[in-house]
Amino acid sequence: MSAGVGVDLQNMWIKFGDFVAVREANVNIKGGEFFSFLGPSGCGKTTILRAVSGFLDPSDGKILIGGNDMAGKGPNERPTALIFQNLALFPLMKIWENITFSMEVKGAGKAERQKRADELLEMIALPGQGDKLPSELSGGQKQRVAIARALCAQPDVLLLDEPLSALDLKLRQHMRTELRAIQKQVGITFIYITHDQGEALTMSDSVAVMKAGVIDQIAGGKAIYDDPSTAFVASFVGENNVFRGKVKSISKGYAVIDTNRTGALRARMATAVKDTLKPGDDAMMFIRPEALNISDKKARSDTRIKAVVQHSEFEGQAYNVFLKGSEDKEMKMSLANRGETRLYDAGLPLILDYDADRAVALPAGELASE
Amino acid sequence: MNKGFMQEYFRRNGQFMGWGLLIAVGFWVIVLIILPQISMLDFSFRNHLPPPEMGGPKDVYTLKNYQYLIFGAENNPEAYNRVDLMVFVRTLIAATCVTILDLVLCYPIAYYLGQSKGGGFLRILVLLLIIPYWINEILRAFAFRIIFGDSGVINEFLLLFGIIDTPFDFIRENVALYAGLGYAYILLMIFPIYNVIESLDRNQIEAARDMGASWTMIHRRVVIPYAKPGISSGCTMVFMLSAGALAAPQILGGPSSLWFTQLIYQWFNSGGNWPQGSAYAVVLLVVCIIIVLTVMRLFKVNMGDIGK
Repeated sequence: MSAGVGVDLQNMWIKFGDFVAVREANVNIKGGEFFSFLGPSGCGKTTILRAVSGFLDPSDGKILIGGNDMAGKGPNERPTALIFQNLALFPLMKIWENITFSMEVKGAGKAERQKRADELLEMIALPGQGDKLPSELSGGQKQRVAIARALCAQPDVLLLDEPLSALDLKLRQHMRTELRAIQKQVGITFIYITHDQGEALTMSDSVAVMKAGVIDQIAGGKAIYDDPSTAFVASFVGENNVFRGKVKSISKGYAVIDTNRTGALRARMATAVKDTLKPGDDAMMFIRPEALNISDKKARSDTRIKAVVQHSEFEGQAYNVFLKGSEDKEMKMSLANRGETRLYDAGLPLILDYDADRAVALPAGELASE
Repeated sequence: MNKGFMQEYFRRNGQFMGWGLLIAVGFWVIVLIILPQISMLDFSFRNHLPPPEMGGPKDVYTLKNYQYLIFGAENNPEAYNRVDLMVFVRTLIAATCVTILDLVLCYPIAYYLGQSKGGGFLRILVLLLIIPYWINEILRAFAFRIIFGDSGVINEFLLLFGIIDTPFDFIRENVALYAGLGYAYILLMIFPIYNVIESLDRNQIEAARDMGASWTMIHRRVVIPYAKPGISSGCTMVFMLSAGALAAPQILGGPSSLWFTQLIYQWFNSGGNWPQGSAYAVVLLVVCIIIVLTVMRLFKVNMGDIGK
């Protein structure tokens, strides 16, 4: 894979009047990387993308692309191409004209443009469709045309603003794989904006999780999921059972948390807070539904939870069991379907346990709202 | 129009409303548009007779009203009716100029209105465009006469700053006429264009910009093709109305310039020759329609698009 061109955001702030849309973003995106900004709507991720593409200027800080400061450069002067959320194909131009618009702008001749369009149509597996209008294509095909149009300009960095959000689930999953394959093939840097954690985790080399203008964590997908650095990241990415309480004791990277309703529970301290979390701090403990098991009764008492089944759902690959612990503490457990016939009926009392390595202790913080 | 359509139509509107709407639209189209035009057409082929002779042996169809427009009176020494034909051609050219002027003036305004997201300011702007139309056409025309007059605001202003030494005769040079006509139909140009541009996705403009397109390129390749139905609908209305305008040319026209509608008016009114006036009016209407259709064909606009 070619080295590609990296993108650096250095201490970047973006303000609209008094409103701070992006606060002190420091991001280092390596060349050729598939980098995602993940966050709920309104967290400032699209604002960052617009700043990188040149449609708006940061209030403070710098944007470097391939080491060059982009200050004062318009969208057409940057080595970036943007794919819009609604794709923004030109409805009155034929597909081949759409794809090669960036060449038309530079004054390329018709024959040259048509040749390039044919190559790109080949690449996106739509050969011979160049003479159609965008309205004659399906959602997934339009998607691919938008990608081809952006790639035609031979950008160093491709910016994608939730381009899959308008597609149905099956197609979205298919396009994830396809996008990743295209990125591998062309070897340029992709910056991807999404609120869909599945998209971010499956496609990206690195993910930046954002909340209200602040980047909480930048890491690979697995680290984001298994070792979140804030309560927001833990609750936003995937599902989590949250136990609030205070740190009781700390030893060898583990914390025992005196939870409000479920007693003392042990958890591994998140890497980001290993050195800062102290006994007596307000803390939160997160256990993923799939990390909870039905106890084999050998578990230590500080990784054991008593609960009663409220109801359960069969989801195919797993059972989702909804439980209530002491003082009505609600929990969700996800058990892989191994072919057993046992159903988890309402009212069934269970003892659950978990591996303390798979539970994460973090300082108390704001959670992602449902 | 098949049976299912009518059933659906009555089911949705009910018998009473359904018939009411049909009768109202039918009355509008047939009694107010088609019948008067047909009787006008009929008139244009008749002799100009005093009332007692109407229906008599002399009341036969003739082409002489049309002949008159082209060749003039029988004792005309020239080959053609030069005066009237010149007025006719000049009217069409002037109407075309007014249309182009309005388009050039209104496209940027409509683009700005359609693409700016500002709520309050936009509403004030639209209001400022509409309010002058509360004043009736005659008054507005006279106001222009005053503004452009020898001692009008514009001449006073130019004299004050020493740009000219003697007042410029805007009326004689037809500047006032063009300005007045152009101004009269500005809204008819702005709103159809504004309507389509408003529905143009901003992202398309940004996408074009991202791909390096200049502003002229963006307008030429993205905005104007999209706005074409609005542009043609605005141009059609402005052209038709200015070619058929009467009040503005009466009031603002220079002494040497006659609008074709003024000729028609003279035939009907002072001349009392309705068949001759009808022939003139029919020629104006038909030629205007032909021009509009030809231009639409040239710019590849469909009739159906205009209604959008």
